[in-house]
Amino acid sequence: MPFEAVIGLEIHAQLQTASKIFCGCSTVFGAPPNTHVCPVCLGFPGALPVLNGAAVDFAVRAGLALGCRINDRSIFARKNYFYPDLPKGYQISQYELPLASQGALEYTVGDGIRRVGITRVHLEEDAGKSLHEGFSDSDRKTYVDFNRSGVPLIEIVTEPDLRSAPEAAAFFARLRAILVWLGVNDGNMEEGSLRCDANVSVRPAGSGAFGTKAEVKNLNSFRFLQKALEYEIDRQIELLREGGRVRQETRLFDAASGGTVSMRSKEEAHDYRYFPEPDLPPVVLDADRVDALRRAMPELPDARRRRFIEQHALPEYDAGHLTESRALADYFEQAVAAGGSPKMVSNWMMGELARALNDNGREISDAPVTAARLASLLQLIDRGTISGAMAKGVFEKMCASGRDAAEIVEAEGLSQIDDEAQILERITSVLSEHADAVAQFRAGKAAALGFLVGQVMKATAGKANPRRVNELLKRELGGGSPGT
Amino acid sequence: MNRLGTVREIRDAFRRGERSAVDVCTEALSCIAMRDPELHAFNTITGEQALARAAAIDSDRARWIDRPLAGVPVALKDNLCTRGVRTTASSRILEHFVPPFDATAVARLESAGAVIVGKTNCDEFAMGSSNENSAFGPARNPWAPDRIPGGSSGGSAVAVASGMTPLALGSDTGGSIRQPAALCGIVGLKPTYGRVSRYGLLAFASSLDQIGPLARTVEDVAIALTVIAGADPADATTAAEPVPDFSAGLSSHARGMRVGVPQTLVDQGVDGEVTAAYRAALDVLRDRGATLIDIDLPYAGAAIPVYYLIATAEASSNLARYDGVRYGFRDRGTDGDSTHRRDLDLKTMYARTRARGFGPEVKRRIMLGTYVLSAGYYDAYYLKAQQVRTLIRRDYERAFEQVEVVAMPTSPTPAFKIGERVSDPLQMYLADVFTVSANLAGLPAVSVPCGFTGNGLPIGLQLTGRTFEELTMLRIAHAYEQGK
Ligand SMILES: [Zn+2]
Repeated sequence: MPFEAVIGLEIHAQLQTASKIFCGCSTVFGAPPNTHVCPVCLGFPGALPVLNGAAVDFAVRAGLALGCRINDRSIFARKNYFYPDLPKGYQISQYELPLASQGALEYTVGDGIRRVGITRVHLEEDAGKSLHEGFSDSDRKTYVDFNRSGVPLIEIVTEPDLRSAPEAAAFFARLRAILVWLGVNDGNMEEGSLRCDANVSVRPAGSGAFGTKAEVKNLNSFRFLQKALEYEIDRQIELLREGGRVRQETRLFDAASGGTVSMRSKEEAHDYRYFPEPDLPPVVLDADRVDALRRAMPELPDARRRRFIEQHALPEYDAGHLTESRALADYFEQAVAAGGSPKMVSNWMMGELARALNDNGREISDAPVTAARLASLLQLIDRGTISGAMAKGVFEKMCASGRDAAEIVEAEGLSQIDDEAQILERITSVLSEHADAVAQFRAGKAAALGFLVGQVMKATAGKANPRRVNELLKRELGGGSPGT
Repeated sequence: MNRLGTVREIRDAFRRGERSAVDVCTEALSCIAMRDPELHAFNTITGEQALARAAAIDSDRARWIDRPLAGVPVALKDNLCTRGVRTTASSRILEHFVPPFDATAVARLESAGAVIVGKTNCDEFAMGSSNENSAFGPARNPWAPDRIPGGSSGGSAVAVASGMTPLALGSDTGGSIRQPAALCGIVGLKPTYGRVSRYGLLAFASSLDQIGPLARTVEDVAIALTVIAGADPADATTAAEPVPDFSAGLSSHARGMRVGVPQTLVDQGVDGEVTAAYRAALDVLRDRGATLIDIDLPYAGAAIPVYYLIATAEASSNLARYDGVRYGFRDRGTDGDSTHRRDLDLKTMYARTRARGFGPEVKRRIMLGTYVLSAGYYDAYYLKAQQVRTLIRRDYERAFEQVEVVAMPTSPTPAFKIGERVSDPLQMYLADVFTVSANLAGLPAVSVPCGFTGNGLPIGLQLTGRTFEELTMLRIAHAYEQGK
């Protein structure tokens, strides 16, 4: 009996606000422990939370990008549990009335487009960080860093619409790209600013019912997500095949073994005793504010991809690649606006530029050649000033020196020889030196022409315009026999 | 007993240059030194700081002369944060806790020229109606030291009633200002929810807590309210409502005012002498020009259970932060037998810290509140209580269509003997029967003295006003006070 997996994801994304969600402390990552803290984010007696409006704006943007309904009234709730890195003994989150709900996101896997329902997007605060290792007395003590306590998060919960590990990974990648595109999240999974948990169950293929699900935590890279899901799906199918039952439980992915291990059973699950947060009034979002945020939204990847195909006549593949990030798409459009022909810009971005970035470990935002300069290089090819082959060399020099294309071409005397008289002069001497090749050509051996072109190019140190050389050679060979 | 004078008298004498702040402060401190060993109104006396502050005010008279509380000694309930001065909430768990900031109300008092002389005794975390739940021993009623002063702001009421200070701040979650004011024969005001910032008040039940003044006259509480009221960016539940001068326009008549009398409610379980004093008070109001109107508050009878469900639910969450991790008491004991001593594990540390740090009433309420919010009980208890709370609020809204204030006894009985009810928490909870509705409905209410029992125990009259209409309520209270 074939089985299919049913997967839903819960994604926590840190919002890129300058200050925390309920106090004025900085959200900058990597500061010395417990330096970005105050009575509010340390949960001191008498301290009260005050909502950071910027966090709400970021969450609304994410909700809009995920096609959600933005609820005009949402409320905060307390999620109660004890842990040393949770200073108040509760996390301020949203429960019954989230900020946004009922959205969907399309993504591509293989050559198909899939759609995943977004159940909800809600705002909450992050906890501090427990440091269990790295201190001389770590065998007996745990230290806590509260710099992260109160950093704003959104939790995005999907419908159980994913059916395989690769689907889940592709969806998560798409979601990450959109959040980064919006500037809502920095996409940094190593620093924990984007985290993912998954609910996984399996059932006989085609069944409408759901199996018992396990929650798998700690899936903090695409690779881990895919590996953990593959492992977990296999584990559950194996269990069922052997006549066993899947337990409802929380499991932790162990990167070292590549497997998942039980963390707590359903019976041990926390009762979070959610109730409405009395210290914060409801979040009321009037239509004007949401509209203003909607109008200020950047063009989203899908819309931009479609526009690249229509407006710039790019192939589907190119448009898809160039809209993988906002910076990439911006670079493309800047280069086109500066006069680069769209397909050529695309080819160069995916070819030479991508290689240059890769070799130097740089991001497109930090490209060694600006979009405008790339465009002017490509214009030199278009005008015939340099050949495509020469342009690659010029590009390398641009990367290394930061100089402009025209400057390099000028300084190094790289302009193509286009002048008929100059080229003819070389052709005449090549034809007289290689009478045998001429004879072969005349005898119908077409390959001889290529040899002669090569000789002319060599004679001009590669500077002659190859197209002109070709034309003129044919004309010369066609008009009379050598030596006459 | 009244040598110190009222807030108004002290301020005016300071303005006229007849009394210096140091003179007044010295007098207050000597009265405290004389009476407090018996009455135990204070947990902490800040004599040196108070004298230094008074001297600073005297040396810069020009700056302070127009301030509404210039040179006025004030006692603060020990659940209000004071920077650098320990704030215990009368709990072992915070016995040595020193806050890093001032409560907003405290900061406003100080910038109005007040001189803080100490922190007053109260029921632990403001949970109680007798002040017997203080970890440091009960405060005593100055009218009969073998009796309770009421609670939870017992120490604040005692400080004012015994003439140690002309003004004190308390907090009122279910009657904690009004009931001790009534039992000690002074005026106590609970403002509208959102009128006074709760920033820096150690939370008991966030949706019910309000800070308010206790003083000997209606005019004095009006002066103090004008100082502490108003929106605070640090407390999102404060209202933007304008703050009038509540002490302006107080007059000796109540002409045109309609006073609601909830006869059915008041007929039940009220001490005979209290009933008699209440009826006499209604006669005085009529004499002063008010019209008495019978009103019905059908759901007010459910106020006590509703209150104890909501207040304990919120308390169970609010007190979770006292976990021994960051501040306050921690059980640093060890575990194991004599040969294998080890540090306590986390759960044991939590359990022992809270078991030893909290007193029995606080533990009772945390357990009750935890139960109320638990999965499977939430709807039946917490949600139901919130629904009835709405009905109680509507009762009052309907009544306020016909009347300006509702008059009731503040407490169904005068002060009882210390120890009399400690073994019967339900009987103790009934002391709040007339006061909790104002908290549940967010309404302002004031207790004014209305006579004595045959053996000399004070009785209080409670007036409850419309939301943010403290001004009208205080005018009626003042007219009554002048006419009795
Ligand atoms: Zn902070």
